[in-house]
This record gives sequence, structure tokens and C-alpha cells, in this order.
Amino acid sequence: MKKTNKRGSFIALICVILMLALVVVLENTVPFTSMLFTVLKKGAVYALVVVSMNLLNGFTGLFSLGQAGFMLLGAYTYAIFTIPSDVRDSVFYLFGGSALHISFPEMFESVFGSTGVGGAISLILGVLLALILAGLVAAFFAYLIGLPVLRLKSDYLAIATLGFAEIIRAVFQWDKLGPVTNGANMLKSFPSFTSFNLKDAGGHVVLRLSTLVPFVVATLCIFLIVLLINSSYGRAFKAIREDEVAAEAMGINLFKHKQLSFCISSFFAGVGGALLAMYSNQVQAKVFTAAMTYELLLIVVIGGIGSVSGSCIAAFLYIAASEWWLRGLDENPFLGIDAPAVFRVGLRLVVFSVIIMIVVLFFRRGIMGDRELPDLFRRHKKAAKEVAK
Amino acid sequence: MEFAISILLSGISVGGQYALIAIGYTLVYGILRLINFAHGDVFMAAGLMMVYLSASLPLSVSVPLMVILTVALGFAIERIAYKPLRSAPRMSVMISAIGVSYLLQNLATYVTGGLPQMYPSIPGLSASVTIMGATTKWVTVVTPVLVVILVVALTQLIDHTKVGMAMRAVSRDFETAQLMGIKINSVISATFIIGSFLAAVGSVLYFTNYRSIVPLSGAMPGLKAFVAAVFGGIGSIPGAVIGAFLIGICETIIKGSNWTVFSDAFTFALLIVVLVTKPTGLFGEKATDKV
Amino acid sequence: MKKLLSALLSCAMIMGLAAGCGGSSTGSTSASPSDDGAKTVKIGVYEPATGDSGPGGKQEMLGMQYANKETPTVKIGDDTYNVELVYADNASSTDKAVSAASELVSQGVSIVLGSYGSSVSIAAGPTFDEAGLAAIGVTCTNPNVTANNDYYFRICFLDPFQGTVLAKFANEKFSAKTAYCLGELGNEYDQGLITYFEQAFTAAGGQVIKDSFPTNNSDFTSYLNKAKTANADVIFCPVSVAYSTQIVSQAASLGMQIPLLGGDTLDNNKVLAATKDTDVKLYVSTFYQEGGSEEFDTGIKEWINSDSTAKTNNGGDDTIAAVTAMGYDAYYVALEAMKAAGSTDAAAVKAALPSLTYTGVSGKIAFDSTGDAIRDTAYIKVADNANGAWKLETVQKAD
Repeated sequence: MKKTNKRGSFIALICVILMLALVVVLENTVPFTSMLFTVLKKGAVYALVVVSMNLLNGFTGLFSLGQAGFMLLGAYTYAIFTIPSDVRDSVFYLFGGSALHISFPEMFESVFGSTGVGGAISLILGVLLALILAGLVAAFFAYLIGLPVLRLKSDYLAIATLGFAEIIRAVFQWDKLGPVTNGANMLKSFPSFTSFNLKDAGGHVVLRLSTLVPFVVATLCIFLIVLLINSSYGRAFKAIREDEVAAEAMGINLFKHKQLSFCISSFFAGVGGALLAMYSNQVQAKVFTAAMTYELLLIVVIGGIGSVSGSCIAAFLYIAASEWWLRGLDENPFLGIDAPAVFRVGLRLVVFSVIIMIVVLFFRRGIMGDRELPDLFRRHKKAAKEVAK
Repeated sequence: MEFAISILLSGISVGGQYALIAIGYTLVYGILRLINFAHGDVFMAAGLMMVYLSASLPLSVSVPLMVILTVALGFAIERIAYKPLRSAPRMSVMISAIGVSYLLQNLATYVTGGLPQMYPSIPGLSASVTIMGATTKWVTVVTPVLVVILVVALTQLIDHTKVGMAMRAVSRDFETAQLMGIKINSVISATFIIGSFLAAVGSVLYFTNYRSIVPLSGAMPGLKAFVAAVFGGIGSIPGAVIGAFLIGICETIIKGSNWTVFSDAFTFALLIVVLVTKPTGLFGEKATDKV
Repeated sequence: MKKLLSALLSCAMIMGLAAGCGGSSTGSTSASPSDDGAKTVKIGVYEPATGDSGPGGKQEMLGMQYANKETPTVKIGDDTYNVELVYADNASSTDKAVSAASELVSQGVSIVLGSYGSSVSIAAGPTFDEAGLAAIGVTCTNPNVTANNDYYFRICFLDPFQGTVLAKFANEKFSAKTAYCLGELGNEYDQGLITYFEQAFTAAGGQVIKDSFPTNNSDFTSYLNKAKTANADVIFCPVSVAYSTQIVSQAASLGMQIPLLGGDTLDNNKVLAATKDTDVKLYVSTFYQEGGSEEFDTGIKEWINSDSTAKTNNGGDDTIAAVTAMGYDAYYVALEAMKAAGSTDAAAVKAALPSLTYTGVSGKIAFDSTGDAIRDTAYIKVADNANGAWKLETVQKAD
């Protein structure tokens, strides 16, 4: 058993390296204007957020609809602490400048210098610090919210967390906090994925790394979540999901474990929110609505509740289909079929929601159910062995 | 004074419209233990149907037809999206409800092409009236009266008819009611029919007041009506109505103050306080498996 | 460890899948020969077709579509190109903005027009910037759209100008001392315009009460009552079409006597229809007044009346919104830019833009150093309640 485990992680490591290398190669060979990269970036961000939601809803059985609120916290934290000081006045122009004057990348620049390798190091460290802080802020609020809310069950928990997400949104839109949050207006000009492209002295891009960044962060975070799920904590979470009373009888501290799962899920949702801000170059509270949480939940369902690999596959498929492959449905003619009355704005989302309903009703286990990818291979091997017999 | 009265008037009318939606939530929750997220969108769909029907038909035909179609929609949603999941975990049904809500909103975007639709003005309801110096529409005055009439009728129905008795039995104990020979499916359908009927009536009142309909028109009123149902004690009809009026009035008072940003957040804060301190709400029955 | 392996494997699989699809769909160029031998040049239309700004975006697109119908080809250098409009719906939402913009970039368009609404334009700015693609803002009036972005140009006036003009108008016409300003939370356009209005209005000795409503709000009676109680002389509500129709119709049912003042977004047929047969006094500042160009007016009316889709998108009648005229002009500016560049290459087109001048139906268009149009005229229109039409109130010039 030990041996196979070791071999498994070795294969996994190779796959990771191959995947990341493939991302870099692709981005530097295929024209960067291709829709592929938009999809890959957003897909990686969504994969992380969806997996974090799955940790809570699928593995711990806590039906929370607060994901968008925690993403908002992460996105704002990231933005507020990375906007360069020289553009702060123009970003906060409605409030006469920003109240906070901390910018993490600049903080490191004072140590490592702002050009060349030093500039790159300060950018990486600054962004990394901001991402971690984004997660911590989200986790901290999750802790506070969890104290009263986690005593509730199933749908009551869902509606209470949904309510909290709405309250968080309102607080961030409040103009009294304007000098910090820019009221309900947009925060922008902070480092985004494209800031990580390597440029030569003339400002020409030498090596594109903008797609690699979300992949590295998302892979790392998902790796941590998988480690957690396979630890004794993860087994406790699953026990709670299966039967709370039995779990408690086995000596699992229900509240402590629920709180832990809630905070960790929110931590990664916060990091995901920060990545989403990087992806979309700006943050605005009004985007993080309940509709966004519903969208994430539906991706979890499509992938299979309780499957990490399912969530990843579903996130990429969902983003690719909605942003790219099915976009043509909104426009006449579609695939050469000329029917202006049918192919018009909105059809894409209708087709999409019908697919989702079909999955929800007839393929309730989603793409993967609660299995993971290797399970599929293993079953094949078993079947092959049986045939050989 | 005039300000206070006009705030109160719009609060009462908003509250009345929430009440009609809230009853649909509370009935369905009472029986299926399901937050019917699609209910607010059924309400929006009723508004849109009215827009399209009244474009070609006189009001005397289009209003009843709209009510019938809305009821049919509610019935169909239950049969297609919820019935197959009767034995599935509660979470699956709720996800299905979210899916239906998403579908209805997207369908509305597709049908309207993303343009806001103007609700037809209904003679009698749309006319202006002045009460103690505050000008408003007749619908503001009609709403609370109509709500009271409908609630009384509904309570009579539930207390004194066979269907009503079956509904009470099912909400008390699903399995036992089934064993006693109650046709669960027809009772549940009846619940959805009543809920959709009230949503249709509510949509006439609501959209006469706020005339433009967009695909998201139903989402917020729906959520608030649900909060009202929780506040009043889920399963209790008078509770839902009183909760809805309170929320409507509080909301308009907040909008009239300097805290307008929090007018939606207030509703949710109230929800959380109620859930944490008194999960049975104002008039709810004993705490079952909610906490 | 198995799960870890699986997660990674799945990622790898998806990557492969996506890569396969990516390879087949890339490689589009800005000029490609079509079936009949003529070359095609693509113009990206980055506009909202759904969401709050959907109606405005559709009217703006009407102008471009009509212009495209009128002039479907352009002679660049020695070649004649067919002009193809490529659409991407940004859904009036900043989180859909990036993918809509990337869609246009990946389609290999030579230049982008739009968007209606400043927030989405600001959000898409970096995407166009990175791709080296010039975008011409048609009616996005917030200064932040072009500030710090080399690739964003615009042909309309800016909010500091519009806000000042409206404040001046409020002072002169109504001798207003108190103004009640109402905007949507988080809408860059509303909040920006209100701020500039406030600056000009308070500088003239007036007093401003500011208020915001949450997105998807539909009850405005409390806000209107608040304005009434505060004895406001004028209500300034530069909000999206969906909200302004609500505000106008609710003001009508409240019997409001206070004049409503709005920005260019209120110049919309649905809003106009809401004022019909009511006592609401509605004034809007805008870019174009019907009658500005007789030829354009009759031509586009004829087209709108003959095309049912166009008529629906225009709000069901043939009143010409200023944004439609602006969309029309934007299309011709794009053509002029390509002619001047002598190429369909995005970089060449961008390089040709700053020095370009063009006289369109909405007036003379030239760009300043930040890429903004040099404009000094705003038309103020008033809704004619009896006829359901706009009447020109006054033409305001910058000081």
C-alpha cells in the first residue's frame, strides 16, 4: 500500500510539472490573444473557488451559500493592499484620496529595489503576501460569522450565510468607508496576471507567464485542500457529513470541526476572490451577488458533490462552455444555421440552464459523483484483470 | 407629517405585496421543508406574461389568463423539478430550486431580449389618490385590503376543507399522512397552485406600483418574502403576513433615512437575528429540526 | 494521495482538451479573404445587450448597424474591404467585461467601438491595452475610461463637462438652491456625474443632498418623498434606463412637481414613454438632438420602421436617441481611422487615431492628448408630456 502511495504521488508530481510546463509553452506559442487563455485563467480561479466550496458543501455537508461574500472580502483585501501609491488618488478620486497608504509590492521594493530581478521579487512577494492576507481576512470573518450561524442546519444555514454575504456586500458599498473601500466604486490599477509577464528593457514581452500564475496558486491551494481532506480532519469532516449524531458519538467535536471547515473553505474562497480580482483587473462589490454563489454551487453539482477532480473538470468545462464554445449561440447565424428569431442574445444562458437542470434531475451524481480520477483507472485495471482470469 | 404618511403608505403596500409571495414560501416550506428559490421568479414570470398577454388581449381576458398560466407554471415546476427528487436529500431539491430560478431568469432575458418591459396600467389601480396630503396610487390602498381578504379566505380553506385538512396533516408528518391514505402528490400540487395563484395576484399589485420588469425583478422580493416567512414563523400564514408588513415598513423607513445602503442588508440581519435567537419566528410552532 | 493524483490528472486532461480546441480556433487574422474574393475587416462592437444598460447598448448598436448598412465597404489603400461587425455582450457587468473584451481580441478585430456605460469600459481597458487594440468609447463619459490608458479614445463629452452644464442649467432655469441627487450604488457613471454636478452646483452657492439606492431596487417612492421633504428645487438622477423609467413613473404617480434632471442615459424612448400624459418635468442633457441632420434622421427612421428587430431594440418607436447618433458617428470614425492608417492592422489604426478629425451628425470630432473628444456642446432636451416627444430646451456651451 505504501509503495503504491509513493508511486501515486510521484506520478502526480510529474503531472503537475507537465501541466505547468504545458501552460507556459502554450502561452508562448499560441497567439496570446486567443480566447484559450482567458478561459484557462478564469477556469483556474474558478476551480479553486469551487473546490473550496466543495470542501464545505460536499465533504463536510454544510450547505453554505456565503461563498461570494468571502470572495468579496478576499478581493477587496488584495486590492486595497496592492494598489500602487501613485495611482491611489486617481482610483479614490471620489473620496479625495485613500486613507490607507500601504502597498505590499512597494514595501518590498524598498528592500529589493524596483527594477530588474529585485522588482520581480518584490512583485512576487508583495502579491503573495496580499493573497495570504486576503485568505486570512476571509477566514477571520468566517470565524466570526460561524460562531452564531454554524449552529443552524441545512437550509437555515444556507439562507443565513446567504444573508451574511449580502450584508458584507452592503458594508463594502457604504460610502462612510469610502476612503478605504472606495465606497461602491471600482478598485483598479493593482497588479494583475499580466504584470507577471517578463519584459525586456524596451517593454516588449519576452516570456508570458500570466496564465501560469493562477495555475500555480490554484494548484498549490487545491493540493493543500486535498492534503486536508486525506488527513484525520478530513475523515472527521466526512463523518459529520454522513451522520452528525454518530460522528459526535465517535468523539468528534462537531462545532470545532464545522468551524474549522468553514474557516478553511473561506480562506481559499478569499484567495480565489483575490485571484478573480487579478483576472478581471478591477474589483467592485456589486459583482459578488448571490447569483455568483449559485453559479459556483451549480458547478459543484455538475462536477459531483464530494469530488475534487470533478470540481476541477466542471469548473474548466463550465467556463469554457459559457465564455467561449457556446458564445456563438447568442448570435445569428450559428453553425451556419440562419434563424435570427432563435439565435439571439440570451440563448446561450437558456441552453446552459437547461443543461444544468438535466444534470440536477437525471445525473444527480454529476460528472464524477464522489469518485476521483484515479478511481476510474483502478476500476479499469480490475476489470482487465477479471477478464484475464 | 406628509413625509411620514407617504413612507408608511409605501411601506404598507410593499409589505402587502411581500405578504402574498411569503404565503407561497411558507406553505411550501411547511409541507416539503424546501426553500422554493424559484418562487420569486414565478412572480416575475407572472409579470412578464401579463405584459405580453395585455399587448394583444383586453384586460378582462388577460388578467385571468395570466393567473391561470402562472398557476400552471407553478404546477409544472413542482412536477418536473421537485417531484422526481422526492426521496433525494433536501440539499438536492434546493439545488434544483436554484436551477429552476436560474432557468426562469435566463428565459426571461432571452424572451425580453434584455429590455425592461413596461407593465400595462390597470384602470382603477393605477389612478392617483391623495391621503392626508400624500399622493399615491390606488393600488397602495387596495393592497392591504386585498391581502386581508385573501388571507381570511385561505385560512378558511385550510381550516375547513378536505384539502386544507390534508395539507395540515402532511405538514405535521409526511410519512404518516401518506400511510393514512392522503394522496401526497395532489396535496403538494395544491400547495404550489395556491402559492402561484397568490404570487400572480401579488405580481399585479407589485408591478402596477413598480412598472418596469427586468429578469431580476423577482429575486429580491422573493428573498425578502422568504425572510418575512421565517420572521413570522415558517408554516404560519398570519405570521408570514405580519412579518411581511413589518419588513416592508422597516425597509421603506430605512430608505427614507440616511442608511439607504443597508435597506436590503437590514432584512438579512433581521433574518439572522431571528434564526439565532428564536428560530420558530413570531408565530411558529415548536422547534423541530431547524436547530 | 490518490485524490491529489486525481486532481492533478484531471487538470492535465482538461488542459489537453482545451489545448486541442485552442489550436484549431486560433490563427484568425484581421483581414481574411471571404468567399467572393473581397477582403473583410472586422470592427468589434463591445456593448451591453443584456443587464441594466441593455436598452442603451442596443440603441447605440442600432447606430452602428445602420451605418454599416449604409456603408458596408471601406477602401483601405488600394483594396476594398467588407466591414463586418463582431459583437460581444458585456452584460452591463464588470465581471463579464474581461471575457467579452477577450472574445473581441481573439476574433482579430481591427478596432473596437463601445461601450455604453463607463464601468464596463474601465474594466475592459487593460484587456484592449494589452492586446494593443484601440477602442473608441461612444458614450462612456467617465474620465477614468481614457485616463492612464493609451488605447482608449472616446467621441463624447466628459462628465466634468456634463455635470457642470447641468448644474449651470439647474441654476439658470430653476434658480435652484437645493438639489437632490440620486444614483445607483457602485455605478461609476452615476456616482462620477453626481460628484461633478455637486462640485459645480455647490460652487454656485447651491446645496446638494446625495443619496444612493442598491442595485435591483424598484421602490423609489421613499427617495422621491425624501426629496420632496427636503424642499429640493430639482432632482438629479443620472441612472440607467431600467431605473429611470421606474423613477419617472413613480414620480408621476406621486404627483411630483419638482423637475427631474438627468444625464445622457435618460435620453431613451422608454423613459420618454413613461413621461407621456403625466405632469413630470424631465430634462436631460445629451449629445444629439433630432433634427441635427435631416438626412440621417429620415434615413434611420425609414430603416427602423422597416426592420421589426431594430424597432423593438429602439423601444418600439422611431424616436432617435442621441446614443444612436453617436454609434453612427463612431462607426464612421473607425472607418476614417482605417483609411488614414491605410491598413487593417490594429497597431496602425491606433496610431492613426490621435490626429484624426471627422465631422459627424453629432458635430466635429477630434481627440486631445488623453484620447478624449474635444467637445463643447451639450443639448438639453425636455420631455413634451402631451406628445411623447423630446423638445430642444437649450444648447449649452462650455464657458
